[in-house]
Amino acid sequence: MRVLGLDVGSRTVDAVWLEDGAAAESAVLDAGFAPQEVAAELVARRPVDRVVATGYGRHAAAERFGADVITEIGAYALGASRLFPEARSILDIGGQDTKVILFAAGGKVADFEMNDKCAAGTGRFLEVMARAFGVDVGEMAEEAIAADGSVAVSSMCTVFAESEVIGLLHRGEPRARIARGLHEAVVRRTLSSLHRVRARPPLVFAGGGARNAALVELVAAGIGGHVLVAPDPQTVGALGAALYGAALRGAAPLHQQAPEKEDI
Amino acid sequence: MSDAPVDYRPMWTDLGLDLEAHDLLLTAIPQLYADAYLSQQDRPEGMAYFDFVMSEIHGLRIKELVDHKAAGGTVIGTFCVYVPEEIIRALGGVSVGLCAGAEWAYDQVEQLLPRNTCALIKSAMGFKLGKVCPYVESADLVIGETTCDGKKKAWELLGEYAPVYVMELPQMKRPQDLAFWREELDRLVEKLEEVTGNTLTFEALQKATKEVNDKRRALQRLNAARAASPAPISGKDALLAVQVAFYDDVPRFTEMVNKIADELEQRVASGKGVATADAPRVLITGTPMSVPNWKVHDIVEKAGGVVVAEEMCTGSRYYDKLVSEDATTLEGAMDALAVKYLDVNCACFTPNQGRIDDVLRMAKEYKADGVLHYALQFCATYQIEATTVERSAQEAGLPVLRVDTDYSMEDVGQLSTRVEAFLEMLKA
Ligand code: SF4
Ligand code: SF4
Repeated sequence: MRVLGLDVGSRTVDAVWLEDGAAAESAVLDAGFAPQEVAAELVARRPVDRVVATGYGRHAAAERFGADVITEIGAYALGASRLFPEARSILDIGGQDTKVILFAAGGKVADFEMNDKCAAGTGRFLEVMARAFGVDVGEMAEEAIAADGSVAVSSMCTVFAESEVIGLLHRGEPRARIARGLHEAVVRRTLSSLHRVRARPPLVFAGGGARNAALVELVAAGIGGHVLVAPDPQTVGALGAALYGAALRGAAPLHQQAPEKEDI
Repeated sequence: MSDAPVDYRPMWTDLGLDLEAHDLLLTAIPQLYADAYLSQQDRPEGMAYFDFVMSEIHGLRIKELVDHKAAGGTVIGTFCVYVPEEIIRALGGVSVGLCAGAEWAYDQVEQLLPRNTCALIKSAMGFKLGKVCPYVESADLVIGETTCDGKKKAWELLGEYAPVYVMELPQMKRPQDLAFWREELDRLVEKLEEVTGNTLTFEALQKATKEVNDKRRALQRLNAARAASPAPISGKDALLAVQVAFYDDVPRFTEMVNKIADELEQRVASGKGVATADAPRVLITGTPMSVPNWKVHDIVEKAGGVVVAEEMCTGSRYYDKLVSEDATTLEGAMDALAVKYLDVNCACFTPNQGRIDDVLRMAKEYKADGVLHYALQFCATYQIEATTVERSAQEAGLPVLRVDTDYSMEDVGQLSTRVEAFLEMLKA
């Protein structure tokens, strides 16, 4: 059976094609201003028996392509659990939202947390700050890693933090230290979410944030252990959606047992 | 219920409403209502009464209040379930709940109140400042209370625009607090006697107590039916019944709700429901939801869940306890009121273990699969107490979703995702 998993986000539209339970192809396209058009392009790319949509545009995709739907939360847990069967938690730092999910063997969600409407702690927060520095997010992350220390940034509100950062720059604080402070602020917030859902290791890091080496380093330090970075971090949701579709027809075994571990 | 359109505009003008702004409000509410309510399948037939009430929310009911006043009666506005409507009723007054559930005139409100004030307070203020609420404009007296800090201080400012009387509510439930509260009720009687020109008698108070108890009994019946699976009525419809209980005519409301309860009992007997038997069942606990705030119920039910109970002031806290009808003297009847009214489990109290107990008991009674904790943003008492509620529910094996929100629609997309994920989790 051929299933297409689509993650229709506000920034990118991601796709994973499964054939008889194995990933056959994947794609990450820029959503532009018409994510559903981008999705349509992906739907037309290969013949499939079923489409499952997740992400911000899942309901619109359901209407347009007759897709089944699953939330990002459910999809990420399934995807992460497929990539790392021993994993029990996932952290996803995306462009607009951040989520942490605790799951049981096979990707069954046990608890989750997602940021509310504000951008604090998301990829967007770092983007706004990078703009204040006049660099891109990747450069800012490199500076943060190379920094010889950090300056505490206390404000998590994007608007206040931006003026705090500008104030720090005016005071002559080195940019690299501020950059590190900003990454630390995002990670601090993430860690408290992880604690609230009682996340357990091994922890999978996914979403655009997982490509930010400074975040990966700080999250690992924060949990005092190793993080599993998804190889293709932006397609974890699409993979989960496709797996969900395969299971709907009873084709793929989603539940495998593995021993439980201690809290992070 | 005649079909001839009635022109209420002269009445609204007399009440001092801003007609232009009011027109805007009156186009918004039916749209919201149609989208949340009329789109539902298999509603109990008796809900037609509430469709009618909603279509006449600023019409017929206001006309009744105006007529009541013309005949020498009074209208008394309240903001909290601690204010005993029995006393108001026994003195010939009609009690109307003034809490509002929509953002209105925030530009004017934010000149008086800080932005980080809860939506309930801001909108109550907005409806007054924007002159769009015929209920507050009809009120001879508005009763505030010293529950949370936000309300307490907002009354001082509201007092510049309306006749406000503030009751002091204790923050604990020790014997000395009950004694104080009992005296506070005497002071309320004194104030209301002055405003209504009537004197409180034992007979009138007993009659009012009986009538209001009957209203609560009807709501208890309606809600008891929700324990069945499949649920015979949507959470949205059940919520609406309690919302309307705050301002509708008491005997008529009781009769209509009893009719709906009859219908629901038949539905339960024949296994008919509004949702499938495997729809995840959600208990909502938290801050009150006033008309037209149906946001979270709507999200849950549109996502395929069913709300089976509300532990909130527009829910069980309003109807689940009765006032003892055994008193033989006015003193005794007042004592009974004091006892029942202090026994509301609001987060403004400390400690507030009673609320935790209620949540756990109700979750069991209504066979809830999960608990949604609902708090208005900037409501310190409920947002803080959410931690205890969450912990206790999780210990009892109930998954919890915490929703902190306001009346705006900005976060509906995000909230829907969280709610859908929560329902997926309950189903799995
Ligand atoms: S939540 Fe508390 S303050 Fe608000 S109406 Fe209920 S009892 Fe009153
Ligand atoms: S919701 Fe909270 S802050 Fe708002 S009036 Fe009620 S108790 Fe006060």
